[in-house]
Amino acid sequence: MAITEAPKIITGRIGHADSHTLERYLATGGYDGLRKALAMTPEAVVHEVDTASLLGRGGAGFPAGRKWAMLRKSPVTYLVVNGDESEPATFKDHLLVERDPHQLIEGVVIAAYALQVSQVFIYLRGEFALGLERVQAALNDAYSHGAVGSDIFGSGFSVDVVVHPGAGAYICGEETALLESLEGKRGFPRIKPPFFPAAIGLYGEPTVVNNVETMSNLPWIVLNGGSAFAALGEGRSTGTRLFALAGHVNNPGVFEIEMVKTTFRDLIHAPVLGGGIPHGRELKAFVPGGVSAPWFGPDQIDLPLGQDEVAGAGSMLGSGSVVVMDDHTCAVRASWRITKFFARESCGQCTPCREGSGWLEKIMERIETGNGREEDLDLLLDACDNIAPGLTWPPQQTTICVLGPSIPSSIGSAIQMFRDEFLVHIKEGGCPYG
Amino acid sequence: MSSTAHPTPVARPRSKGGPTPTLTHLRGATATRARELIALYPEPRSALIPLCHLAQEQEGWLSPEIMVDIAALLDLTPAEVLGTASFYDMLHTEPVGSHLVSVCTNIACLLNGAMELLEHAESTLGVNAGGTTADGAVTLEEAECLAGCDGAPCVQVNHRYVGAQTAESFDQLIADLRSGARAAEIPTHGTLNRVARTTGLQADRNQVANERSAMAETQAQRAAAAKDTAANKAGA
Repeated sequence: MAITEAPKIITGRIGHADSHTLERYLATGGYDGLRKALAMTPEAVVHEVDTASLLGRGGAGFPAGRKWAMLRKSPVTYLVVNGDESEPATFKDHLLVERDPHQLIEGVVIAAYALQVSQVFIYLRGEFALGLERVQAALNDAYSHGAVGSDIFGSGFSVDVVVHPGAGAYICGEETALLESLEGKRGFPRIKPPFFPAAIGLYGEPTVVNNVETMSNLPWIVLNGGSAFAALGEGRSTGTRLFALAGHVNNPGVFEIEMVKTTFRDLIHAPVLGGGIPHGRELKAFVPGGVSAPWFGPDQIDLPLGQDEVAGAGSMLGSGSVVVMDDHTCAVRASWRITKFFARESCGQCTPCREGSGWLEKIMERIETGNGREEDLDLLLDACDNIAPGLTWPPQQTTICVLGPSIPSSIGSAIQMFRDEFLVHIKEGGCPYG
Repeated sequence: MSSTAHPTPVARPRSKGGPTPTLTHLRGATATRARELIALYPEPRSALIPLCHLAQEQEGWLSPEIMVDIAALLDLTPAEVLGTASFYDMLHTEPVGSHLVSVCTNIACLLNGAMELLEHAESTLGVNAGGTTADGAVTLEEAECLAGCDGAPCVQVNHRYVGAQTAESFDQLIADLRSGARAAEIPTHGTLNRVARTTGLQADRNQVANERSAMAETQAQRAAAAKDTAANKAGA
């Protein structure tokens, strides 16, 4: 399969060293999309996004237009942009906030106009120190330029945008935890259903929460039309999408790729993309969409990068981050580290997640360090089953949010695909890879 | 059995804040910036995390005294400030060194030698992860994914990316931090965002409300007109 010559919808500008400045942004068509949107009715803007059938780029992949259409039935009070990007191996929003902050701001103001919202919060993870500075500087310039604030470009539409720093907590990427954090509280996810942020969100008011990448697509969609976006990709997966590629590849990075038209093989091996696996090694396994997703083996490498295609094969495209493991990788060590991450980041509200993640980490650590017992494999699977009954995909939920049921993904994959490695660790008290 | 009666709400103890609380530790310009931040939010409590960052910019960490000031500004109890702050990795309720060196060991970095780098860092700095060197220059931290996986193993100093590190480059980095060679690029711990907001809120709430009701009216008229047209068509 050839790599398509799709337009660069959101990364067209980042080749310039000054891509984050207002000057460069204006010289490359910046804020034209917003001017066009302001000349349309808000309904027409929503319609374009609906036509584009832009799937949310945060991880769940819910259509942004449909989310908005649901909200248009009652007035929305707040728009919150999720830039907490903490799913391990995901670093696409990092690129967008540092390298093209005006594109994000333009998208945000377009969305605010479409939803008739007068107050926006952009929540960025605190570890993005440079990103926070870049977005705040761009916002200051955008206010001076008349693109944010009162009476934007003389349209009569007004909106304020506030950049809000997080403070280091994976769970705050979950939208209701993010809202709690934005209210100045611990990042505890809220119980839902019945009330989603659309009904009861920030300060109890109807709130839309959208991802940074989702927002960054809006200027192009408004300028070029929703149908031009929908013409790219295939099926439900329209447009292009950012894929973050990391692990054992020669050329790790963020790539904008037309959805479905490209396969994991292209992403990992094409010279213009991942550039193959270093040291001439072979592929052992890869994570297709963030560490919450079950792993794939080499037999799945020809799957297209599409939401439904990956879901149909038993995993998820999630946050669009692909981690490559070569044939010298210890599957036990890799899944142990992922489990340790979840144990550290569990917020502690729900018993299956809080206790389960700790149990799993302890058992995994003793296997990894050569102190495992024969019965540990069954014990691991039993503990996993208590968090996500039946170990199905998508998982059954026993907790308030999806962090808990994501924990068994890596362990389940590793045991299923590399059971013999676990047995070597247990029987021989060590790792075959040293 | 009359168990349906709701318990009487108990008023929570509040700091004696009032409109202009007396601050003992947040100083001049920082206190002014704190009040500007609070003004950006519909509810003061939303400024809690930004204020904690601001306090860390002044002190390097969140001392109990400074949390009392934050509580006073937000009309919260100091316990509420601590209770929130202790949830977040970046908010330090114990003193840290002037340089917080975060070594990520999550999956993408693990595959690229992060554990070996962390072990090297522990042995050259003479502290375990979580510890601070005797001169107070460096606190070493084992971090979760920092979203810098294309430069693995990923290292941040005071939350600024310094690129993938080898054992040799790491030692040079530490030497540079100690000598102040990278001070312009990497401010001391606590300073997160050096770009201040230059504008207050501009969209007038009443004006926004008027615009919105005018728009709702227009929409209703348009809908009514469309209904009429449809009815006329049906009639014809």
